[in-house]
Amino acid sequence: MTVSTTRTVTLPPGLVIAPQLPDLLRPVKIRRGVLGFLRGHPTVAIGSALLLCLVLVAIFAPYLGTVDPTALAPAKRTRAPSADFWFGTDMLGRDIYSRVLYGTRVSLTVGLSVAVLASLAGLAVGLVSGFVRWADGILMRFIDGLMSIPPILLAVALMALTRGSVGNVILAITVAEIPRVTRLVRGVVLSLREQPYVDAATASGTRTPMIIMRHILPNTLAPMLVQATYICASAMIVESILSFIGAGTPPTIPSWGNIMAEGRALWQVKPFIVFFPAAFLSVTVLAVNLLGDGLRDALDPRMAKSL
Amino acid sequence: MVSYILRRIVATLPVMAIVALFVFSLLYIAPGDPAVVIAGDQASPADVERIRQTLGLDRPFLVQFGSWLWHILHGDLGTSIFTSLPVSTLIAQRIEPTLSLMAIALSLTVLIAVPLGVVAAWKAGSWIDRSIMAFAVFAFSLPVFVIGYVLAYVFALKLEWLPVQGYTPIAEGVWPWLQNLILPAVALGDVYIALIARITRASMLEVLQQDYIRTARAKGLGMRDILFVHALKNAAVPIVTVIGIGIALLIGGAVVTESVFAIPGLGRLTIDAILRRDYPVIQGIVLVFSFLYVLINLMVDVIYTLVDPRIRY
Repeated sequence: MTVSTTRTVTLPPGLVIAPQLPDLLRPVKIRRGVLGFLRGHPTVAIGSALLLCLVLVAIFAPYLGTVDPTALAPAKRTRAPSADFWFGTDMLGRDIYSRVLYGTRVSLTVGLSVAVLASLAGLAVGLVSGFVRWADGILMRFIDGLMSIPPILLAVALMALTRGSVGNVILAITVAEIPRVTRLVRGVVLSLREQPYVDAATASGTRTPMIIMRHILPNTLAPMLVQATYICASAMIVESILSFIGAGTPPTIPSWGNIMAEGRALWQVKPFIVFFPAAFLSVTVLAVNLLGDGLRDALDPRMAKSL
Repeated sequence: MVSYILRRIVATLPVMAIVALFVFSLLYIAPGDPAVVIAGDQASPADVERIRQTLGLDRPFLVQFGSWLWHILHGDLGTSIFTSLPVSTLIAQRIEPTLSLMAIALSLTVLIAVPLGVVAAWKAGSWIDRSIMAFAVFAFSLPVFVIGYVLAYVFALKLEWLPVQGYTPIAEGVWPWLQNLILPAVALGDVYIALIARITRASMLEVLQQDYIRTARAKGLGMRDILFVHALKNAAVPIVTVIGIGIALLIGGAVVTESVFAIPGLGRLTIDAILRRDYPVIQGIVLVFSFLYVLINLMVDVIYTLVDPRIRY
């Protein structure tokens, strides 16, 4: 059996086929693939490139010319940066370059864990609050209360009660960040519930879990992803602040906040002890914020021009 | 107007009650026996028992919360375990530097960020706009102690324009007081300035597209009048909201800034309390700051109605 691929149109007499008109609109250039996307959004590209470097530094910290970051060397205290000690040594003779590189691990772990945990917890509470009418009032009063405590102080109060460990730091910052995600998710749910297509789905008998999976979650994902990057940046800052004031990761773990806390007493004479972890922290936070700004512009073009 | 303000005040009472409940129950959320946690690792059973007795931890939870709340309503925030002084006295002694620092940072922010945002919106898309926004992204990413150390190093240590550290009470003269607070206030305000500049720009951009702005231009009004009188007034609500919410950044940042610049304020008190595991002091500070935050945002709500007469709830 043969299928004819061309169809000859037989026109009634008197009619002719209209001539091909030139395109009035410029052809839309569609960028495809990750590379195309990155070219269209340079801030995302810069942010993710910086972040990728930092992740590599965190993973390969032991192979980047570092020594044991906790090794004491009392004879080589507070050496200025040199060929032997690239970033100098602290008052216990530990190599700051090694400590800063290992500190990348702590910051990234805390930032990513808090972003993921706070997003998931906030999503759960936000969905309940958006769908269960009677729970909404109670949950929102609690969220309002939690939001009235400045996040850093809430984390400080929680940390003052627990043994300092990376896990506890993550939990304390997560608790402080949950309200923001909850508010966001609840807002999206409430506005989506009014949409005709959600009404249509409900009317045709779709169960709530299915509506959440099909309609709510896909629409929540983009704003949540943007929110998560900001939470990640803020979590890394809060972690270093907690460590800096002595309520964060235990002093035995080299984290940027701890290194700065140790250099605090000497900063007027040996500023390099504080300088290197501070620079790394700033670059990391900048990278995450650039990524967040870029994602927001890419995912919500209406916001792109204004903020 | 008066009834609106009264209703807003009544509406904040449950929020404050929940804040109090949170701050109180923090002690119980933490794993383990609160008395043991406060006493620390080196405490003897007798120490633990003494703490349990003084804090009344042997009573039922609700009874404890009730009596704690009752005392708070009477201005009694408890007693410091380490110094045996009332927490309210400790806070009163240390609150002046912190409030001064926050007030100056807030004024600097409004004075710098709002004009920056307005100009960026006016010149939207130009190199001025782009450099202001680039500055905002960078400033927003600089943690408060990083900018604090850089400022102190450049302006105090190298240029010797301003004192490196310390605090002079305002009673000893306005200039010495201000001199000590300029660098900390800039460091503290930095993130806040970036935030407010961005919000101001976004809000102004929206307003500048309105018809009445075109009318104002058509009738020949000067750009300064249009921007700062017509447009800014209508763009003010989101800006004022974020100024209110952003106070949380100032409160959190103040703790660190005081540590960098050796200012004897509430931040210093917090850090000492953490080191000594003086939990009643931490509880008191968190509570006072949270109430301050709620009150400021209540004021923001009231300011709305003054700025924008269209708002009537």
